[in-house]
Amino acid sequence: MNGIYEFMQEWSILVRVLAFLLIAPLAGGLLAGVDRKVSARLQGRYGPPVMQPFFDVLKLLRKERIIVNKFQDFPIVLFLLFTIFSGALFFAGADLLLTVFSMALAGTFFILGGFCVSSPYSHLGAERELIQTVAYEPMVILLAVGMYQVTGSFKVADIVQYPAPLILSLPGVFAGFLYILTIKFRKSPFDLSMSHHAHQEIVRGITTEFSGPALALIEITHWYETVLLLGIVYLFFAFNAWLALVMVAVTFLFEIFIDMNYARFKWQLTFLSSWLFTAVAGASNIILLSMIQR
Amino acid sequence: MNALIFLIVFPLVISFLALVVPHGLAIKKIIGVCANIALCAVPIYLLITNLDRGPAYFNLESKLIDTGMFLVEIFIAFYLVYVSVRSKRYLPVFMVAVQSLITVTLEFNTGYVMHVEHSLFVDKFSIIMALIVGIIGSAICLYAIGYIPEYYEHHKKLRDRRDYFAFLMYLFLSAMFGIIFSNNLKWLYFFWEITTVCSFLLIGFKDDKPSQESAFRALNMNLLGGVVFAVGLVHLYSSSGVMELDKLLRLDKGVVLIPAVCLAFAGMVKSAQFPFCSWLTGAMVAPTPVSALLHSSTMVKAGVYLILRVAPVMENTPAAKMLTLIGGVSFLITALIAISQSNAKKVLAYSTISNLGLIVACAGLNTDAAVWSALLLIIFHAIAKSLLFLCVGVIENKLGSRDIEDMDFLIMRLPRLTAVMMTGMAGMFLAPFGMIISKFITLRAFVESNPVMAIILAYGSAATIFFWTKWMGKIMSIKHGVTEVMEHKVDLWEWVSLCILAVTTVVVCLAFPFISFRVINPYLLEIFGKTPVVDTFNVLVVFIIMLGLLIILPLGLLYYAFVNKNYKRVGTYLGGGNIDNITFAGAFSSTQKIELKNYYLEKYFGEERLFNIGVFASLTLTFIMFGAVVL
Amino acid sequence: MGWFKRSPWLLHYNATSCNGCDIELIASLTPLYDLERFGIVSTGNPKHADIFAVTGSVNEKSRQVLLNLYDQMPNPKVVVAVGICATSGCVFQECYNVLGGIDKVLPVDVYVPGCAARPESIIDGVLKACEILEQKFKQQKRERQERS
Repeated sequence: MNGIYEFMQEWSILVRVLAFLLIAPLAGGLLAGVDRKVSARLQGRYGPPVMQPFFDVLKLLRKERIIVNKFQDFPIVLFLLFTIFSGALFFAGADLLLTVFSMALAGTFFILGGFCVSSPYSHLGAERELIQTVAYEPMVILLAVGMYQVTGSFKVADIVQYPAPLILSLPGVFAGFLYILTIKFRKSPFDLSMSHHAHQEIVRGITTEFSGPALALIEITHWYETVLLLGIVYLFFAFNAWLALVMVAVTFLFEIFIDMNYARFKWQLTFLSSWLFTAVAGASNIILLSMIQR
Repeated sequence: MNALIFLIVFPLVISFLALVVPHGLAIKKIIGVCANIALCAVPIYLLITNLDRGPAYFNLESKLIDTGMFLVEIFIAFYLVYVSVRSKRYLPVFMVAVQSLITVTLEFNTGYVMHVEHSLFVDKFSIIMALIVGIIGSAICLYAIGYIPEYYEHHKKLRDRRDYFAFLMYLFLSAMFGIIFSNNLKWLYFFWEITTVCSFLLIGFKDDKPSQESAFRALNMNLLGGVVFAVGLVHLYSSSGVMELDKLLRLDKGVVLIPAVCLAFAGMVKSAQFPFCSWLTGAMVAPTPVSALLHSSTMVKAGVYLILRVAPVMENTPAAKMLTLIGGVSFLITALIAISQSNAKKVLAYSTISNLGLIVACAGLNTDAAVWSALLLIIFHAIAKSLLFLCVGVIENKLGSRDIEDMDFLIMRLPRLTAVMMTGMAGMFLAPFGMIISKFITLRAFVESNPVMAIILAYGSAATIFFWTKWMGKIMSIKHGVTEVMEHKVDLWEWVSLCILAVTTVVVCLAFPFISFRVINPYLLEIFGKTPVVDTFNVLVVFIIMLGLLIILPLGLLYYAFVNKNYKRVGTYLGGGNIDNITFAGAFSSTQKIELKNYYLEKYFGEERLFNIGVFASLTLTFIMFGAVVL
Repeated sequence: MGWFKRSPWLLHYNATSCNGCDIELIASLTPLYDLERFGIVSTGNPKHADIFAVTGSVNEKSRQVLLNLYDQMPNPKVVVAVGICATSGCVFQECYNVLGGIDKVLPVDVYVPGCAARPESIIDGVLKACEILEQKFKQQKRERQERS
């Protein structure tokens, strides 16, 4: 039943990592394009072509490099490198918790980049990005914990091959993860720190002082991140590969739908509601599992 | 055994020399430096010679030593009574009276009758602690050589008591080595009380009202711990007739549970767990070397050291579960409170209590994996936190402020200091440094046995990311041409100790496999008979990240600083109203200055509210803990 | 390959306009006219923008702001003067506080007349600006290659 994974298992770790490295940005960019097209159609417009994100990135790479201080692009480069590293770890089948911590490290670099330029908008964007990170971090750790409880292993390779459906044992964890997925994708109502859409508030938030090549790198990093997060969604349905892929697509469309329906929340509401939802859905799922397994 | 006695006695000698040798002689600094080198070298020697041996016990019985200790204890009791009465505080008097009563009873019961087989011992855990105390203690004493003159320049009204300061610091180091190497519980108690007194005197060093308040609060709480300690010892002797740690661990659990819990309680107080947190946060009024030495890397570690030693006795009892929860509560609530603090030393204090809470929680769990991560946490936290305290001390002397909000553009004013400080901060919360590995293993240890703790750990980790990243971002802010460099003013002694600690942070992370396999695992084998299975692939990955960062960071910084010339520099976006880098055209033709402040979320993580919640929760848990044992 | 033509990002600034042209510009982004189908995104940040769309004439206060914003835009960039006030100052040309159209301050590439300029004209002007943007990029690339 799990044809795709068996096929992938034939490949060595190195091949899988290379595949992630090369295919993920293309997949991520296409997903971003589909996102914009579907959003436009939902709003009754035509919308840009599906390849638009690629045009954007290619244009940005050709712009002049404008900076506020000499070092501001370095945290962005580290952000990209560590996101790629996290994704590579994940798709190579390594430890899920290590992937989570590596992603947290990457996010920290992004936030530090926003802080180091010392401009009011990017500072505010960085503070909000930090609040977003703190809002979703417990749920992501609890996700790894929940998967460990059911499958007995933190390794992605073991979790993917687990024969029983994880979604049935971890519905609360999945619900909590969906909630914070909106934060991680930077979609309304949780697009506090930066937005891909026209609506601003703090201008461009954390990306305000980045231009040209740095901005292109941030875009590409978000594509890698999208693929990695959808990979985590796949894990919940990994017992049946085709069902999992369908559910990944459904989740993505669901996120676009939520984006189109909600306006931006205040940061207080984002933060408190995430922690509360994590406690109610995620933590209770974990406690129930531990009681059942005793 | 000679090494052990040397480590206990030598700092004592140095402390008296500090008092006796006349002030201002250059030879004093030379003596200090030589002493520090010795204090670093001997623990390393101990490590190398004991690497392949199991625990070693030494017989050192002497009526002279016992009588001497008893007399010193009486002297301390009288001194404390005198100081308390002079400051018109009577609670310490009461507690000293109770404690002396118990001590005298103990002495008369055991003094001439009891035979102690092994007074001193050394095993891998002791060696780890000795390395921490030796290396970090020496580094801090070196730092103090540079810090104290500047401290007196800033506080011109204070009486110059720097000899007294050196005396207390080395006396404290001696007592710490005593705690680490004592197998005889009465000796341990003696050294424990000396650290209490040293802490009291050092916190009150500045001799103004807030310092005295904090000093007496610390004294009261630690005396309470001491009373409970003494009660535990009396109970132990009367129920089983032993007064040695190794024998205690081999006795039947039912017999020694009460003394073990009493000792654990004393450890809890000394490492400032809830409900006894406030003495540590109040102790931040002391000069920085005191905060770095006592209140982050050594004395509070003595508390968790004791808890970890008696943890095997308490394993799997309701008392241990309560201990884990107390640790968990301390971990979570102090991490949350630290978000709302802007005083740098208070943030460091709360972060310390948070990490100690995690160690206590691991001790309560007492599986091989939990103790493994507890030991790693002890090592990494001691080094990183003392480094951070020392950096904050330098900043306080240079900028005249401890407030994080005044540390704007620190990387431009004190670039190398900021680099060292960021190393310390990274060591506290970022992968690939040690704390992450420890949190990693701690999480796995808790998932299997105590999911509530796993949840607490998840929320607490998120909270720690918040306040560290906030602070890091603040010191990293760069604004072209805005402020001048003050770097040249940092004292050489301070630099030497900061470099030692920064290098140690990195070295310990790189040497982590060695520490884990050669030092910690043998200890775990002795106690549990097995060692936690650490996935080598994970260790490899962590290594790759660390090496990667170590290579990429300096190369990248150099590249962006010197190589990449393809850029155009403009101002920040200020709605087009830029005048220069710091001002913009505001409303009504005014010019406004840009000021950036961090979020502190006081409404949610305010100190008072959360503190009270923590105190109530932990008091309940403490009562349950004692109740479970007594009933 | 024409990447600038396919992904021009717009910065919209109101110098002293009555808001008429601004409303028409924003209306071009709405579903009826939909500028986004050309890949045009309205950003508020000069550092992200390629096209600088200015409405309204220039006076002493907005002069410095225009220069600041133009300065913060990375090359290649084009300026579009939207509306007749931005083009020449219109009826306010002779006023003592008005300096004139924005070409008194910035090098304008496309003029879109009208009061208020209709969305169709604005779209026409912006698309023309995209062509000019592409040409500027090619020219700058040639200059860089000649220099090295």
